[in-house]
Amino acid sequence: MREAKKIGAEALAEKGWLTSHKWLILRRISQLVTLALFLVGPLAGLWIVKGNLAYSLTLNTLPLADPYVLLQSLLAGHIPEKMALIGVVIVLAFYFLVGGRVYCSWVCPVNMITDAAAWLRGRINIKGGAHISRKLRYWVLAMTLVLAAVTGTIAWELINPVSMLHRGLIFSIGMTWVIILAVFLLDLFVSANAWCGHVCPVGAFYSLLGKWSPLRVSAAQREACNDCMDCYAVCPEPQVIKPALKGAKQDIGPVILSPNCTNCGRCIDVCSKDVFHFGLRSAK
Amino acid sequence: MNDTNGKAPGARQASRRQFLIDMAKTACTVGLMGTGLGLYAKQAKALPPLAIRPPGALLEADFQGACIRCGLCVRDCPYNILELAKPEHDVATGTPYFVARNLPCEMCEDIPCVKACPTGALDHQLTDINKSKMGLAVLIDHETCLNFLGLRCDVCYRVCPVIDKAITLEMAPNLRTGKHTMFLPTVHSDHCTGCGKCEKSCVLEEAAIKVLPAKLAKGKLGYHYRLGWEEKTKAGKSLVAPDVEHQYTLPEGYKYEQGRGLIPGSSGESVAPGTQPGIPKALQGDKL
Repeated sequence: MREAKKIGAEALAEKGWLTSHKWLILRRISQLVTLALFLVGPLAGLWIVKGNLAYSLTLNTLPLADPYVLLQSLLAGHIPEKMALIGVVIVLAFYFLVGGRVYCSWVCPVNMITDAAAWLRGRINIKGGAHISRKLRYWVLAMTLVLAAVTGTIAWELINPVSMLHRGLIFSIGMTWVIILAVFLLDLFVSANAWCGHVCPVGAFYSLLGKWSPLRVSAAQREACNDCMDCYAVCPEPQVIKPALKGAKQDIGPVILSPNCTNCGRCIDVCSKDVFHFGLRSAK
Repeated sequence: MNDTNGKAPGARQASRRQFLIDMAKTACTVGLMGTGLGLYAKQAKALPPLAIRPPGALLEADFQGACIRCGLCVRDCPYNILELAKPEHDVATGTPYFVARNLPCEMCEDIPCVKACPTGALDHQLTDINKSKMGLAVLIDHETCLNFLGLRCDVCYRVCPVIDKAITLEMAPNLRTGKHTMFLPTVHSDHCTGCGKCEKSCVLEEAAIKVLPAKLAKGKLGYHYRLGWEEKTKAGKSLVAPDVEHQYTLPEGYKYEQGRGLIPGSSGESVAPGTQPGIPKALQGDKL
């Protein structure tokens, strides 16, 4: 592998390390701070946030609840108490505004695992792999909802790696690491971005939630694109870029409208021509 | 999958075919996953008998649809008794439970675990901890319980937070010694909360008294069963047939009354003909 082919090399040369990793760094800070807020309680007795991503109580007043878990609970036949309902409304509103899959790239702890797998996959140059449909996740999502209704339990939570990892880190990890290792190996060997981009129903749910969200990445300077392909290479959901970046001729706007976009901002980082920006979906 | 637009009809046909095949593949994969997970979820509904849910927990089948595994009950338990099940445990992953033999429920009066529950998987209707039904203590082994062996251990009775209501000591003759009393710890289901203090404190290597899920521990009368003596009290009279006065064969000049025994000095119908005066020794002090 020649140095010139490294993803983001051009951006690195042109913008410097900090600017060409800006959103990645901010994202890691967001993920780690979120985790730290949950961890200082059990580790240092400083109870800023209690609970986990399924439901948490911040400073003993602000409830936040995962709408996907609560939806399953509802389908299982349980109407939750007031606190969970308030928490759900707040979380729904937040992700509706900033983009559903902001949860995936800025909050979810599994993202660091799968990003590590993606990085290592590139590093040791593993190509190809099993073909998994990107629509699989919606099928899995539907399956989890049907199962909740049929079994009367929140069945997906029995094996959900997302909540298991977060709960494991905050409460007690036990054998959870086996499941996390399985996800890591799946992403490393079976197929690139297999878990987050193909299978995970949590991501699918948040995709749907952010379908109309106003905060988007826009290929506003798309005429400056020099076809280096770095954005496609770095993006965990590369199929979302093409319509916005190359749609000028078909009269498609420059805003990435696909709800699968995680608003991670890596395309902004790796583009040496500054094609991409965060903006509003209404922007032209 | 959607890149069929603008291609030759043949190509479109082929990719439609491919689309349907992909669809079938995905559906089968997910169907298989779902079946596996569904069966696992069914298995996971079986709570091991020694795992006890926190106070106010809904019935297990409902609980697993209501508990979102946030762990706030665990955090708000002042005695750190509750634990969220890890994947390797027999309890549904992430749900709270405790094992009485390790650490029993301390039965806080303000029930912080229930208050902390955001979904009501721990029922907020429960405001009096003494009314909680986490399980039911059962003196499960009469062969090793020290009190059943005729000793005075009494520990389970002493530690019971609802002493003399949930556990009482019932006296019974010790037939082995022939002269002592056994004090048998007896659990009363209408007062037992299932906190597990008795199980925790049982001095034996393996507890003779254990908290079990109520549905394992309790028997149930047939719905048509009526307790005659209760019905009689309710009605104020016998509902079956008029009570016939029992005829006793007694020494001459004696009467017999339930509870009092033989009463001398009166002659009634119950006098046996041809008996000698004086009470046979075997009948003296008879309380039958």
